Amino acid sequence: MADTDLMNLVFGRLRLDDIPYHEPILQVTFAGVAVVGLAVLGVITYYRFWGPLWRDWVTSVDHKKIGIMYIILAIVMLLRGFADALLMRSQQAISFGENQGFLPPHHYDQIFTAHGVIMIFFVAMPFVTGMMNYVVPLQIGARDVAFPFLNNFSFWMTVSGAITVMISLFVGEFSRATWLAYPPLSGADMSPGVGVDYYIWGLQIAGIGTTLSGINLVATIVKMRAPGMTMMKLPIFVWTSLCTNALIVAAFPILSAVLALLTLDRYVGTHFFTNDLGGNPMMYFNLIWIWGHPEVYILILPAFGIFSEVTSTFCGKRLFGYVSMVYATVVITILSYLVWLHHFFTMGSGASVNSFFGITTMIISIPTGAKIFNWLFTMFRGRIRFEVPMLWTVSFMVTFVIGGMTGVLLAVPPADFVLHNSLFLIAHFHNVIIGGVLFGMFAGVNYWWPKAFGFKLDPFWGKVSFWFWTVGFYVAFMPLYVLGLMGVTRRQQHLEDPSLQVWFVLAACGAVLIAIGIAAMLTQFTVSIRNREKLRDVTGDPWGGRTLEWSTSSPPPEYNFAFTPRIHDLDAWYDMKRRGYERPREGFKAIHMPKNTGTGAIISAFSVAFSFGMVWYIWWLAALSFVAMIAAAIIHTFNYNRDFDIPADTVVRTEAERSAVLAAMA
Amino acid sequence: MATPAPNTLPSPSPARHRRGPAASARRLLQALALPPLFVLLSGCNLVVMNPAGDVAVQQRNLVLASTGLMLLIILPVIGLTLWFAWRYRASNENATYDPEWHHSTQLEVVIWTAPLLIVIALGALTWISTHTLDPFRPLGRLAPNRPIPADVKPLEVEAVALDWKWLFFYPELGIATVNELAAPVDRPLSFKLTATSVMNAFYVPALAGMIYAMPGMETKLHAVINKEGVYDGLASQYSGSGFSRMTFKFHGLSNDGFDKWVDKVKQEGAELGRDAYLELEKPSEAVAPRYYKSYESGLFTAIVNLCAQPGKMCMNEMMRIDAAGGAGKDSAENRERLQYDNRRILQGEEAPGATVPAAGRAPRSEDAKDGKPDPSRSGPDMNQDKAAPAQRHHH
Repeated sequence: MADTDLMNLVFGRLRLDDIPYHEPILQVTFAGVAVVGLAVLGVITYYRFWGPLWRDWVTSVDHKKIGIMYIILAIVMLLRGFADALLMRSQQAISFGENQGFLPPHHYDQIFTAHGVIMIFFVAMPFVTGMMNYVVPLQIGARDVAFPFLNNFSFWMTVSGAITVMISLFVGEFSRATWLAYPPLSGADMSPGVGVDYYIWGLQIAGIGTTLSGINLVATIVKMRAPGMTMMKLPIFVWTSLCTNALIVAAFPILSAVLALLTLDRYVGTHFFTNDLGGNPMMYFNLIWIWGHPEVYILILPAFGIFSEVTSTFCGKRLFGYVSMVYATVVITILSYLVWLHHFFTMGSGASVNSFFGITTMIISIPTGAKIFNWLFTMFRGRIRFEVPMLWTVSFMVTFVIGGMTGVLLAVPPADFVLHNSLFLIAHFHNVIIGGVLFGMFAGVNYWWPKAFGFKLDPFWGKVSFWFWTVGFYVAFMPLYVLGLMGVTRRQQHLEDPSLQVWFVLAACGAVLIAIGIAAMLTQFTVSIRNREKLRDVTGDPWGGRTLEWSTSSPPPEYNFAFTPRIHDLDAWYDMKRRGYERPREGFKAIHMPKNTGTGAIISAFSVAFSFGMVWYIWWLAALSFVAMIAAAIIHTFNYNRDFDIPADTVVRTEAERSAVLAAMA
Repeated sequence: MATPAPNTLPSPSPARHRRGPAASARRLLQALALPPLFVLLSGCNLVVMNPAGDVAVQQRNLVLASTGLMLLIILPVIGLTLWFAWRYRASNENATYDPEWHHSTQLEVVIWTAPLLIVIALGALTWISTHTLDPFRPLGRLAPNRPIPADVKPLEVEAVALDWKWLFFYPELGIATVNELAAPVDRPLSFKLTATSVMNAFYVPALAGMIYAMPGMETKLHAVINKEGVYDGLASQYSGSGFSRMTFKFHGLSNDGFDKWVDKVKQEGAELGRDAYLELEKPSEAVAPRYYKSYESGLFTAIVNLCAQPGKMCMNEMMRIDAAGGAGKDSAENRERLQYDNRRILQGEEAPGATVPAAGRAPRSEDAKDGKPDPSRSGPDMNQDKAAPAQRHHH
């Protein structure tokens, strides 16, 4: 007895058996992760990268480096989330009749939960945040974000959330209660065990990062625009970023609150969402979707911004209808708070309530439609160069309107009654999230890569990836639309009707095509890095860009701009080029910059320990790490050594080097 | 594959004009690929598009009408996108290039009003159809131009989503069934729905759209089946490990056929008393249909109020106490009676969403195809964690 008490005290509810070391799939995965991990560590050690890695990246407060790290996180997690997708597609392709497939419900349910959680929170969100982090300060002529340390902290909190979710793969299990953890299923009585707790703490930690990052970027855009850049001269990507971050600031606290309530239900024995003692699960549905619907727009708006920049650049034309584009974005931002109930028309609200939310949803399609037309008429009388970012854009325009149409269809309540929870719904939201958000991010990666690294991405592999993704998307998800119309519901681990199988097999083939698309994209990065000298761009403006980020060198110097530019028109860089802008050659001054700090990474590391302690009821660990987080934060406030000046000499040297390069080219 | 190989993957060289024929060939291939797709589609049963009940038919019509309305704008947009992309490609020197053109009031008016008009039409359609097809609203007709005869009363069915099977009560007939539902054609059906543990949804695609079945609550659904036949019914809200196998058959029968079916249930069926119900309520998967010739009266009301288990306080009783101002300090005595969710753990059953260590099985084990732990794998080393779920309930 005393032994058990001691075990509980030291290890909480964690025992050796909770580590699934006897699981073949997990053994292989773990071996793979271990081998790759050791290889990476080995390479870092061999090339003595530890120092630079810590000094230049982990502790960096430079928005450009943080942006790049966010995108690396997104790509790494995409591989994990996509592995889950492949497992699901294969299970559903074979699990018919007698055949039970290779994943029992117990395991399958975790996989679809993990897939949803990872793809939204740790792929789409870091992708979007990374893009905004990298591009926004450059586009508004700023030297960094408003709160550089907070930016670093936000990033590492997001990483900590991802790590917490990833730990569940090797220690214990993940939630089986779907990506939104609807109670009462996710409550303590229906989901005992660590799964939902991993979910809660992973999202709670990452959510803090996201909220803080939203505050940071709103402040940056509102306060740090270059002189002359009035709101109606903001690049459209900055506008969409502003709206997205306003949504983040207003929506993510709701997620934190609803998860906190669920936490109390699970840990303390409150009854907000249980069936017991007057609890009400319907409140959770409402609260989570009051966050969840704006979340959809948090993801898509920056993608819209990227498409606007790409269309304008590659059509060699000013964006058609800038003003209506801005208003459309703002209207979408506001309306996104008035539609949440369309996610559960089937809960039995009255007809008037359902109609209200159905119609507000349809109204969102008006500004969204206006955006599509604006891109269309930007192409009209343009001179379209079909570089890879533009290919993604055209593919997006065709794909997204289909997803938009099925979305509006689902907004008609009686139509939703037959399509809700069906594979039609799955096809719809993948249609807009892949065809909208991901295509946008891929366009952005191809578009801004030369800015970030000074060389273009290899277009051949870019096009291979583009075609496999596009075709793969249609092959994978059009069958799901059909299956939805056949009355097949989502999250089925097993199906009886063998006539459905052919569609699932087709969808699995689509997933394989997408896998090739992902492989081609990784190949594209590798090939491009290897051929970087051939792909080198020294101008800093490889596409004939129109916005400020193209006015500086590629990659930009640490301080972005030696002199803060003055803005006279929309498309500031295009305007500067047209008026024969000359780079300043003298008069450089020292530049005041924020200093790197390890505090963000340290607090975030403690937060992983904290959440692990909370998940496994290892109270001493949770308490110690929580105290350590607070202590680290307080100690950081006594750090007065936070800034430094880049000496004028260094600026002169950097700018002279660039002048020499540009002169050599001319 | 008729396209010459070099053109299928455009080379990074700027020879963009060569992509032209390749692109049109690709489009042609896509057009050729469509007919086989239709053959494939005609071979399968698109039940949502081809239902057998008047409510589902109206919902289908609404899907088609809304899609048609939206295609009015979607098709031109897709067409224009592809056309502009082709027409204004950089290599086409003949196309007008106007880099400064970025505003046109007329066009702006069109691009805002065209979607607006469609949304107004769709909004009107939505408002009307949402009210007429409100699942809580009694039916107004059996089928187009077939009003409900004055002497016909709806057949009432009380449906309960259990873990993981459906229980149907027929109060008019005094019978009950598990995982089998039957109804006479052309008689309005009035469903009352609830669940025992977690959220679920009741869905017979051929009959009518789905509605949630929720513990402690009652939802309603009105529908009618117009054609005889056997149709699929399912749970369409994920509810834990037995979810995929929580299906049933819905029999649309003639009046005679329905009477025979009722007789069969009465002859073959057992009695569903409180104890038998509590046994049935325990989690089980892929349950074969079962018949009950009679059931304890008030059972459905007790299930809705979460008090089928003796000793539990009914929700309606609690609500009555609360409405009268609450029981004050005395309500502490009701605590135990108001806890419903923990009964599975107390009974030693695995909870629907349990994970380790509470699940009492190896993490992500490959066994347990039926959702039950395989005893061969849960050796003595597993048992020390069995205590974990009980430990957590300090309250």
